[in-house]
Amino acid sequence: MIETIASHVNADAKLVRRGRFVDTTFMIAIDETYYLLRIQEGRVTKVTPGPFITPDFSFALRASRGVWEKFWQPLPPLGFTDIFALVKQKLMRVEGDIHPFMANLLYFKDVLAAPRKEAAL
Amino acid sequence: MSPRFEPITGRYLHLQLLGKPHRLYVEEAGQGIPLLCLHTAGSDGRQFRGLMNDARVTSAFRVIAFDMPWHGKSSPPAGWQNEEYQLTSRDYVRMIVEVADALGLDRPVAMGCSIGGRIVLHLAHERPERFRALIGLESAAHTEPYYDLSWLNRPDVHGGMVCAGVVSGLVAPTAPDDGRWETLWHYMQSGPGVFKGDLHFYMIDGDIRHRVDDIDIKKCPLFLLTGEYDYSCTAEATLDIAKRTGAPATIMKGLGHFPMSEDPPKFVEYLLPVLEKIRAL
Repeated sequence: MIETIASHVNADAKLVRRGRFVDTTFMIAIDETYYLLRIQEGRVTKVTPGPFITPDFSFALRASRGVWEKFWQPLPPLGFTDIFALVKQKLMRVEGDIHPFMANLLYFKDVLAAPRKEAAL
Repeated sequence: MSPRFEPITGRYLHLQLLGKPHRLYVEEAGQGIPLLCLHTAGSDGRQFRGLMNDARVTSAFRVIAFDMPWHGKSSPPAGWQNEEYQLTSRDYVRMIVEVADALGLDRPVAMGCSIGGRIVLHLAHERPERFRALIGLESAAHTEPYYDLSWLNRPDVHGGMVCAGVVSGLVAPTAPDDGRWETLWHYMQSGPGVFKGDLHFYMIDGDIRHRVDDIDIKKCPLFLLTGEYDYSCTAEATLDIAKRTGAPATIMKGLGHFPMSEDPPKFVEYLLPVLEKIRAL
């Protein structure tokens, strides 16, 4: 699912525009599987699967595979519709230098939800 | 499309509020039982425009919404630049009663959402004699902070965008796009630190868990409506209040934390049976 994020985000001109000031690398952790996503001017320019020895990233979002899979359903179940819903239930951790995440929250929420489009195909 | 005016009128009310002169923006539509509407944290009275434009509501109710001080088109009090806005339970209760007094409302119905849904619990506990009935939308007795509130007001993060970003997931995923984005627009327009100041009440000062059992709905009927997708004021939290007070509660399908603005027609379908019960009181 992670691999599909780049194509869905980069094909969405409105989303790319919303993230036009974003330039960072962040991590998605699915259980013990890790991915680094490079964002430049709102486009996902690289998705690198782990494992990593010394990963360099600004912030990380960590949750179990079961949680991510529910979150990525086209219409997620109650309680799994939003990143903050998961954080509130302690099903996800958002950690590190979260400034880019908070300063571009509407952008990152849609980037992270992009795999829902794949599931809906 | 031919031009038309909505039946809503807006005026500025000058009054003494919390010991200071204030200028509040007040909107209303309809005639009948006064229904005083209380907006959510960091937003304003525009959230209720769907109700004010629905003749099924305004035929029997005078729907009134005021923008709290610091919010919407209401001004902050003179000298605001030298203070940090923080809403407290004490001030919030006083504000609502003083506004109702200033408007000359005889035992109005008060209906509030989120922070408004919390404060109606305080009103039920402290001032039941002053109200005909209370309607709590998205009522929870307490909500623990689930993110660092300091992100909401700092110069290196756009306040409007982060406030909208924080609440965006509280809108039901099934809500129509125009309702969702208008709801978020209100958040984007909030003044710096206002949402954060309201959340001081919502997440810290307004905790009423220890007094819920003392609410007597015979003194003032209480009705609870909560959207199923609300993960901030959850269905479980609302049902707990219902269980402890005996107040009727309905979990609204396909709605989130902002029922009156994210999908007004759907919300009104849930509200009308409650208004019917209030008319029959």
